[in-house]
Amino acid sequence: MPKTMIEKILQAHSKEDVNAGGIVWIDIDVRSARDFGGANVVKAFNQHYPGDKVNDVSKTVFTFDCNVPANTIAYASNQHACRKFARGQGIKVFDCDAGIGSHVAIENGLVVPGSTMVGTDSHLNILGAIGAFGQGMGDQDIAFVFRAGKTWFEIPETMKIDIKGKLPKGCTAKDLTLKVCGTLTSKGALGMAMEFYGEAIDSLDLAGRITLASMATEMGAIAPMIPPSKDILKFCGKASGKKVEGVFSDKGAKYAKEITIDISNLKPQIAKPPKPDNVVDVESLKDIKVDSVFIGSCTNGTYDDLARAAKLVKGRHVKEGILASVVPATMAGYKRLLKEGHIATFVEAGFLVSNPGCGGCASGQIGMTGKDEVQVSTSNRNFAGKQGDGFTYLASPDTAVASALLGRIATAEEVK
Amino acid sequence: MQTVFEGKAWPLLRDGKLIDDIDTDMIYHNSHLAITDIKQMGQYALGNLKGYESFAKEAKPGDIVVAGQNFGSGSSRQQAIDCFKSLGIGCVLVMSIGAISKRNAINSGYPLFIVEQIDLGALKTGDTIRVDIDKLEITKAGQKVGSLAPISKVQRDILEAGNVFEYAKKL
Ligand code: SF4
Repeated sequence: MPKTMIEKILQAHSKEDVNAGGIVWIDIDVRSARDFGGANVVKAFNQHYPGDKVNDVSKTVFTFDCNVPANTIAYASNQHACRKFARGQGIKVFDCDAGIGSHVAIENGLVVPGSTMVGTDSHLNILGAIGAFGQGMGDQDIAFVFRAGKTWFEIPETMKIDIKGKLPKGCTAKDLTLKVCGTLTSKGALGMAMEFYGEAIDSLDLAGRITLASMATEMGAIAPMIPPSKDILKFCGKASGKKVEGVFSDKGAKYAKEITIDISNLKPQIAKPPKPDNVVDVESLKDIKVDSVFIGSCTNGTYDDLARAAKLVKGRHVKEGILASVVPATMAGYKRLLKEGHIATFVEAGFLVSNPGCGGCASGQIGMTGKDEVQVSTSNRNFAGKQGDGFTYLASPDTAVASALLGRIATAEEVK
Repeated sequence: MQTVFEGKAWPLLRDGKLIDDIDTDMIYHNSHLAITDIKQMGQYALGNLKGYESFAKEAKPGDIVVAGQNFGSGSSRQQAIDCFKSLGIGCVLVMSIGAISKRNAINSGYPLFIVEQIDLGALKTGDTIRVDIDKLEITKAGQKVGSLAPISKVQRDILEAGNVFEYAKKL
């Protein structure tokens, strides 16, 4: 029977017949825990398997990214519990300096198109950006995987999304992503895998694919799947040192739903608080004054995102009274931005630049919002309380930069 | 591994139909979440489901609960499965189940099975029924009154081992 991308990837990792609706055992190529949840994984592992080794240390990692370096004693203690467990087992730790786990996994070639990875990060399905399977799970589930090297999974049905038209000038991958999220809403892909097609998808670079995949969770999806382009295969081949071919859906594969979204007349998009699917044109909110701006997160914190933002910033200054911050997703990205002078551009312009990690998105590594504060963020969630007590609008780095420069919600067009 | 379950049926009914959307708060109310001893959980099972407030008092070990669509939706609480284990309920049969509760039931090795079809007309509260998970059949006095959906290898493996953690020890 012809199979969808997720069915094919999981079939290659299972001895059973993989079809949507079935529950099967799947082998997991990379098993991870982050600082959030990691200590509980260690606890559960020690409770159920005292003295045992993890299934395969070469496939097991810790990634610290939520609170780096730890700014509460509880986080510091949790991180240290993970470190001690890792030392005893010989597990690699991507410590507080490394960056966001899912990005680190792609950058270092731990995962390639067609791989499977699970961890305690609810946005781990971002790996669909390279056509790999990623899944966030609870700490008990992950403790089990550390020991067993496999887990069971109910194969989801797949929804096919055709993006019609080219991405118009002035729009970025984030605007496309917000458009899809606004169209589908938070339940639009509930419990499903998604496959993306169309000219605009084909031409997305890795950073753009990461942005799109990073918000599948906000559409209710189990996993986004973006068929890898030649460039993606090349990048992942180089990063991993392996021959990478990619997995693509079969002709005639069965989709539970098919929808088309036309973006030929798309304008910059923004999501109003408190829901990521509250999406409108940036233009319609131009009167709203902004107090702070955050550029980073697993959605928009790559080198490409920040280099593009820096170019828009160059020679200008953040408006007086606005707190603007930048957090690169990974150390590799940070180093490259540093070398190419982009970090200097941000700092000269009045941006606060922090070490890599989840940044404003989790536990306030770079501060939170106060009551009534209006923030423009390039992250993926704007639920009440997520980034503080204020009101968070989700937008592209372009829109975030323009808003920081003008002190109100603005499009990049207005500052060019 | 137990493959046959025999006991008194508790179809959870309203207006003659199986109740759909019984969420985790109706199964095990959040006011009892602080309890960690599984022995203490049984007394609150279905305590917040209208019409079944006294279920925990009346149910006997080995009884079989039958529920409608989307059972156990809502929160991720394991207690919504453990409370049945605590009471010694033989097995739970549902028309369909929420994703997290399904993971919880399977991982904890609790015999919860999906019903494909059931003849409610032939099934009264208190009838003794027999569930055979090899034959995928539900019978009453030798007569077939319903069928189960196929049971995955995963669920069998974990049931056999006791729970998901025990399963891994055998690998
Ligand atoms: S940036 Fe935010 S959403 Fe992304 S992995 Fe970190 S905490 Fe999760």
